[in-house]
Amino acid sequence: MDFLRPASWEEALAAKAEHPTAVPIAGGTDVMVEINFDHRRPEYLLDLNRIGDLTEWEIGEESVRLGASVPYTKIMENLRAELPGLALASHTVASPQIRNRGGVGGNLGTASPAGDAHPALLAAGGEVEVESAARGTRLIPIDEFYKGVKRNALEPDELIRAVHVKKADGPQQYSKVGTRNAMVIAVCAFGLALHPESRTVRTGIGSAAPTPVRAKAAEEFLNAALEEGGFWDNGKIITPSVAKQFADLCSASCNPIDDVRGTASYRRHAVGVMARRTLTWTWESYRGTRRTTEGAA
Amino acid sequence: MPTNGAPTKITQGSQTKGGIGESTLRPDGTLKVTGEFAYSSDMWHEDMLWGQILRSTVAHAEIVSIDISEALAMAGVYAVLTYDDLPTDVKNYGLEIQDTPVLAHGKVRHHGEPVALVAADHPETARRAAAKIKVDYKELPVITDEASATAPDAILVHEGRDDHHSGHVPHPNIVHRQPIVRGNVAQARERADVIVEGEYTFGMQDQAFLGPESGLAVPEEDGGVHLYVATQWLHSDLKQIAPVLGLPEEKVRMTLAGVGGAFGGREDLSMQVHACLLALRTGKPVKIVYNRFESFFGHVHRHPAKLYYEHGATKDGKLTHMKCKIVLDGGAYASASPAVVGNASSLSVGPYVIDDVDIEAIALYTNNPPCGAMRGFGAVQACFAYEAQMDKLAAKLGMDPVKFRQLNAMEQGTIMPTGQPVDSPAPVAELLRRIKAMPLPPERQWESSEGADVRQLPGGLSNTTHGEGVVRGVGYAVGIKNVGFSEGFDDYSTAKVRMEVIGGEPVATVHTAMAEVGQGGVTVHAQIARTELGVTQVTIHPADTQVGSAGSTSASRQTYVTGGAVKHTCELVREKVLEIGRRRFGSYHPAWATAELLLEGGKVVTDGGEVLGDLIDVLEGETVEIEAEWRHRPTEAFDLHTGQGNGHVQYSFAAHRAVVEVDTELGLVKVIELACAQDVGKALNPLSVIGQIQGGTTQGLGVAVMEEIIVDPKTAKVRNPSFTDYLIPTILDTPTIPVDVLELADDHAPYGLRGIGEAPTLSSTPAVLAAIRNATGLELNRTPVRPEHLTGTV
Amino acid sequence: MRVNFTVNGRPQEADDVWEGESLLYVLRERLGLPGSKNACEQGECGSCTVRLDGVPVCSCLVAAGQVEGRDVVTVEGLADFAKQRSEGGCATGACGTTLQDAQQWQAKGTDSQTGEGTELSPVQQAFIDAGAVQCGFCTPGLLVASDELLERNPNPSDADIREALSGNLCRCTGYEKIMDAVRLAAARQSEGV
Repeated sequence: MDFLRPASWEEALAAKAEHPTAVPIAGGTDVMVEINFDHRRPEYLLDLNRIGDLTEWEIGEESVRLGASVPYTKIMENLRAELPGLALASHTVASPQIRNRGGVGGNLGTASPAGDAHPALLAAGGEVEVESAARGTRLIPIDEFYKGVKRNALEPDELIRAVHVKKADGPQQYSKVGTRNAMVIAVCAFGLALHPESRTVRTGIGSAAPTPVRAKAAEEFLNAALEEGGFWDNGKIITPSVAKQFADLCSASCNPIDDVRGTASYRRHAVGVMARRTLTWTWESYRGTRRTTEGAA
Repeated sequence: MPTNGAPTKITQGSQTKGGIGESTLRPDGTLKVTGEFAYSSDMWHEDMLWGQILRSTVAHAEIVSIDISEALAMAGVYAVLTYDDLPTDVKNYGLEIQDTPVLAHGKVRHHGEPVALVAADHPETARRAAAKIKVDYKELPVITDEASATAPDAILVHEGRDDHHSGHVPHPNIVHRQPIVRGNVAQARERADVIVEGEYTFGMQDQAFLGPESGLAVPEEDGGVHLYVATQWLHSDLKQIAPVLGLPEEKVRMTLAGVGGAFGGREDLSMQVHACLLALRTGKPVKIVYNRFESFFGHVHRHPAKLYYEHGATKDGKLTHMKCKIVLDGGAYASASPAVVGNASSLSVGPYVIDDVDIEAIALYTNNPPCGAMRGFGAVQACFAYEAQMDKLAAKLGMDPVKFRQLNAMEQGTIMPTGQPVDSPAPVAELLRRIKAMPLPPERQWESSEGADVRQLPGGLSNTTHGEGVVRGVGYAVGIKNVGFSEGFDDYSTAKVRMEVIGGEPVATVHTAMAEVGQGGVTVHAQIARTELGVTQVTIHPADTQVGSAGSTSASRQTYVTGGAVKHTCELVREKVLEIGRRRFGSYHPAWATAELLLEGGKVVTDGGEVLGDLIDVLEGETVEIEAEWRHRPTEAFDLHTGQGNGHVQYSFAAHRAVVEVDTELGLVKVIELACAQDVGKALNPLSVIGQIQGGTTQGLGVAVMEEIIVDPKTAKVRNPSFTDYLIPTILDTPTIPVDVLELADDHAPYGLRGIGEAPTLSSTPAVLAAIRNATGLELNRTPVRPEHLTGTV
Repeated sequence: MRVNFTVNGRPQEADDVWEGESLLYVLRERLGLPGSKNACEQGECGSCTVRLDGVPVCSCLVAAGQVEGRDVVTVEGLADFAKQRSEGGCATGACGTTLQDAQQWQAKGTDSQTGEGTELSPVQQAFIDAGAVQCGFCTPGLLVASDELLERNPNPSDADIREALSGNLCRCTGYEKIMDAVRLAAARQSEGV
């Protein structure tokens, strides 16, 4: 095993180009487990800790450019307003110690369906900024990033530099089911974002299919139902039947398995419950904001 | 009827600071908070090698061949050992039945069985070498449950058994069977107005102590070996290790290294023999440290069980009879299975009066992971089932579940199903009264001005509910656990106590082989020495095999038995000291000859309080040192057909009330409070007593809602050997645990004390289950309860 | 490979480090600092918690090579670390009242088999006093995490304590005495004892 310690992003890209099998390590919260448990012996470890700008973020007009190694703790503490869904998801990651080290780049790199950030990213919308020495930068839409169980759209010579997450234009929520009240891998997870500007709703489901997925049929149904009933304008309470159908469609978009963490049947069921609850919470919050704005005007 | 805890009267030493009854602090506390306490995995030696164990990747297979040549050729590798390298004819070990191969021979019987050993100069080299050992397995069908184990044509897990249980078991795949028959169930059944039946399942729990199995074996110049290891019983290890090494016991020295928790998981050998074999072969110190993955294969687990119960009661709420069958899965090797069977059967009635019973408990040999000792030891599984039955009966009779239990509660004088009278306080009804009387925690405690605090709701930080679907439930349970080794075992301990003057102060040194595993035995030994010898300074000598056996740190027995041995030996030392005093100073004061003399606060005093002299003067130039054994009252074996016999020496009782909140839609549980009342006889160290009760309670909570080793029924392979998928409660899963301690002396025990470590682990689980049933209305016949059981999505 | 970094204020150099080694292994096996514990080596128990450039992390998940040039505090250095903080204040200003004399809370001599006279940090002393130590294997990690919590938040609520310590498993105590210990340390800190 060789330990590569690039001091800059350019050096890192060069090292990755030279050694495409090199395994990037930042927070180490996935890679080191595999090494400690003898599941993996990479030829090269590519340490990204010395590249300072990976732990920085910029808040832009439309989106937040979040460095791949910004620790979850920082997201929780600093980006709750801009990225509320991701901030909530970050708070469910493992333990304080892990949240201090791990970042979204690691979740994306590992691309486990159980990664906590994925549903929030899918619901918010965004792009993954990846780069190679040979071909430069490309932006991969988050919807096209997940390719299979622990497979993503990266080329062997590419590294994840940042993720551009759309700034929230409405309420967002995130729920995760685990069989413990802290420090637990998701049995399944659900992210939901209201986008009042485009009058759309986006979702993200974790751990209930080979990859993180959006519940597209559910989104389409809800978008149509909200539009049809004039809900975005009148701010009415969403009817239980609409919420139920949305929840059922979210369940239906799962393709889960039975494993030691839970049954497929439970995952489908729980995604439905979380879909209904997060819809209620976000919509109540949206109605509340509307009332406040109207009241102020 | 006992009403309140009257502390036992103690005269000797009651004026000495830091004696029994005080919450003195741990003598090892400073070392443990500074990181200097040397645990077994911290051992280091110049020039030491690292040992690695190659384990079977399949559960049941013939070993066709093992090729170690590539591993042996690797740079940095000093030795590779297989069965063929074992030095003597003794190739097995085991606590009661020597059925466990040191290294697999011809066959592996469970997933993770040790097959070969490697010693190398770096752990990674050792791992790589182990990976290069080629083992060719020919897989066999797996035995995984009662049906497959006892089928007429079942493959025998162990061929040709000749152990002392083999003669009376109905099938060679049954390790041991213990029936208990008393009264006439058929007749009693006629009197029953209601009958309830239940089939219960208890999942496989792991001790999950945090300090992994580890130790360091150092070869000695005389051809022997010195092993520093974390264990529960040094002398039991020694008895099993020495014959395998072909060494006399005196050439195998053992010293207890720091133990990072045990809970039963260190009763059997793990890496002990392996490290010694490698050290003797290479002539170098060898350290072995399991990682967490290996630890799940490196020790036995709590027996998973199937329990079939039938109870009857009259309409005024009196129990008429009980029939039960308890099937414990012992896995591939016997370990403590026979004793667990004895406990499960003899305690299967619970703390209730039932005159007519028909009981059968068995442990199976299967190809599942070996199971043995864990805190509660057979009584845990039974308590889960009989307490569920009590709630069912109460519901059927329309009675309050606590009242129903109180109506049938045993008390001092009750005859156990084994025919043994309970000859010390058994305040079962009182414990129930106390937990019921505790104030309930406030409703909706998770509400705050800023909305719901998810940390206090089911799901916790995962943000699954803001109150939706959340229903509260309350449940009660009570249990009975035996204390000490039972069934005729010669259960003794040894203490060596020295008294001398050091630096102008009288100092006592206590030396035992007791394994301090965190329970605080060392704290209590110092307290006993102060009380009995009237000194302040007590040194606790490290535990090793240079002193006689202390017996195991298990069965809630160490404070009773080794505490008893320390007390007894201190009394002998005291007599000797007084004898010296009489010889030296007797002529100065008549009271030396006539009065009852005590040692108090560094002085010799009369029982009237008159000071006769300072200990430093009495002891000047003298050292008194005595090593003595002490044993509790003898017990008897249970009759193999009727189960009758005075098998236990003492019982321990605890009751719990659980308050839970269940997210009924998602099936997530938050335990809000888990109150416990326990009779401890006499709290030698109240702070430690409460710590034990809270710790035991939490392990019971764990197996109620999350902890289970999952074994694939098709392959008998363990599916979740890691802390990622074997979950134990975090601080966010653990509620406040108010504790009400009752002190009713057992006059047969030292200071009236009662062993306390296990009882709280029994009733905690069924109390939580009862509370979840109360919240959800579901029947819930298995533990742990997982979200799919609460949502109908299994 | 060779790794240079600072541990408990002292420069350290580890040689012949295998590239797959963790910071935990280097501390325990190469630098003679076994206080940080190896209970799971997968970031699921917190027993190996250290401060890396001030931040609590699981040292089992930090590759040895990643600590080059960085600053590590382990349980062995916790008393000094707390003392320096109390003397020098801290950058965040969230350290609460000055801790004048940690010595006041030493383990009682009569109970201490060894280690007498050792200077302890307030949180270490509170763990002993409250009975929060049983087997003690989880203790070093809990101490580092608790100390950092009280540095950030001198008056934590119970829910705050539970959240901050939710990455540290304890199998012996049922956590109640650990809660007591952190409350005790916070109370002593606020009284300026």
